[in-house]
Amino acid sequence: MASEAHDLQELRRSASLATKVFVQRDYSDGTLCQFQTKFPLELDSRLERQLFEETVKTLNGFYAEAEKIGGSSYLEGCLACATAYFIFLCMETHYEKVLKKIAKYIQEQNEQVYAPRGLLLTDPVERGMRVISIYEDRCSSRSSSSRSSSSGGGGGR
Amino acid sequence: MSVMVVRKKAMRKWEKLPGRNTFCCDGRIMMARQKGIFYLTLFLILGTCALFFAFECRYLAVQLSPAIPVFAVVLFLFAMAMLLRTSFSDPGVIPRALPDEAAFIEMEIEATNGTVPQGQRPPPRIKNFQINNQIVKLKYCYTCKIFRPPRASHCSICDNCVERFDHHCPWVGNCVGKRNYRYFYLFILSLSLLTIYIFTFNIVYVALKSLKIGFLNTLKETPGTYLSPPHGAYLPFRPLCPVVGLTGFHTFLVALNQTTNEDIKGAWTGKNRVQNPYSHGNIVKNCCEVLCGPLPPSVLDRRGILQQEESGAQGDSSTRGPSTQEPGALEKSSTQEPGAAQVLSAQAVGSTREGSSSPTRQSAVPMLPLSPTGMPEETQPSAVELPAQTRDDGPTEH
Repeated sequence: MASEAHDLQELRRSASLATKVFVQRDYSDGTLCQFQTKFPLELDSRLERQLFEETVKTLNGFYAEAEKIGGSSYLEGCLACATAYFIFLCMETHYEKVLKKIAKYIQEQNEQVYAPRGLLLTDPVERGMRVISIYEDRCSSRSSSSRSSSSGGGGGR
Repeated sequence: MSVMVVRKKAMRKWEKLPGRNTFCCDGRIMMARQKGIFYLTLFLILGTCALFFAFECRYLAVQLSPAIPVFAVVLFLFAMAMLLRTSFSDPGVIPRALPDEAAFIEMEIEATNGTVPQGQRPPPRIKNFQINNQIVKLKYCYTCKIFRPPRASHCSICDNCVERFDHHCPWVGNCVGKRNYRYFYLFILSLSLLTIYIFTFNIVYVALKSLKIGFLNTLKETPGTYLSPPHGAYLPFRPLCPVVGLTGFHTFLVALNQTTNEDIKGAWTGKNRVQNPYSHGNIVKNCCEVLCGPLPPSVLDRRGILQQEESGAQGDSSTRGPSTQEPGALEKSSTQEPGAAQVLSAQAVGSTREGSSSPTRQSAVPMLPLSPTGMPEETQPSAVELPAQTRDDGPTEH
């Protein structure tokens, strides 16, 4: 699993061997960071719809949590204002904490769900929160039948 | 198996960022190119406060209360901190689309619009979204090659798309957008209070001194007509009116959850226009969201390390990414030898953002500057005080 994830990291460098699918933002809730749960047809043969939707919905949930306006965010804002925002030199904002959680979640998803299918999910923060890009390893689709028969084989490249 | 010679160069991403910004302190500080008026702002604030502390404060601390200069210092430090925070931070710049993403969007657009014959102006690229039962149009930015999120706008001075773009303020030397609007508001608010405070105590000083030695003697006693406290009383008065006026205007915008850009363009006013879908309908809620809401971190990743790998001539035709499709637009580092076959792939390692730590990320993303296309962008109003100049090249939006 980990070796497959590592190979897929290599995949980014050899972008010509990868097909990229971009999941766009969903602005129906305003400027909140949400992504469309519409399943990209390019992934039809590679990934189950349910898994994809679950990933995107979980990510949307994380972003909603990061941007939630409530008691704790007001408290953080007021405290920061009272200290002329110097407090952020010592502590992380709530948003940054959630972004870390998101990074961890994406890594887990890659290891457990996407890498075995020859896909790589990237963190939207690398793309300016505009898109979730999914890299598709074209080679693995050809060698997937041979790989599934062999045990623990690396990404054949 | 090709041999790859990797020569690591500790270059940070900010050095290759497109747009017309200047970066200082190795990417920690981000400002617009023109900083002259910002220096003037600093000079005016520091100069006025220096005169106040040097002359009036010494007298008033003794005659009235030492709390007067103390409070003035606190207010002054807060205003300066907010000014520097507004000027030096990322206003919410949206990074430009990389070639793969731009190509994907182009494909989608062509699928919707169909290919346009040569010589014909392509139809405006607009996407419609429904937000809170209002139809909001998203415009395509030809420079950044993205569909701009709602409320984002392209600043022609900085040449960047900025989220929740308010205006480009030459007085702070930066755009005012999603990430630094609250600092800007607190800056003008604290500056207004400071100006009123200094002006009030100048009057008090003149009054107190005149009671003791007479008004004319007060004028005579103080050194230099230009630096004298009575004249100094007028000094803060000149910036008082526009600053207080600006604070009032922005308080109005905050209460309605509007941006200067939307207000100037009349996005939410008029008969056939949609109502502001971002307003909560409640002044307190709007203020809380704008001023105390969650603060998104910068997505620019200015201080991420950009590693440029060089390979030999045999190397890596297999590893060439889309970057080689546009040889003219390739970024060349100064250490690369001309004539050698070059493959540029950028790898961000261990990025840090604005003083906070973030987990080390491995990502390899080809970095390319996107050449601006022929389609001109609309100019944005630069400041409320200056006459607004807007030029719409496309059909009127919103």
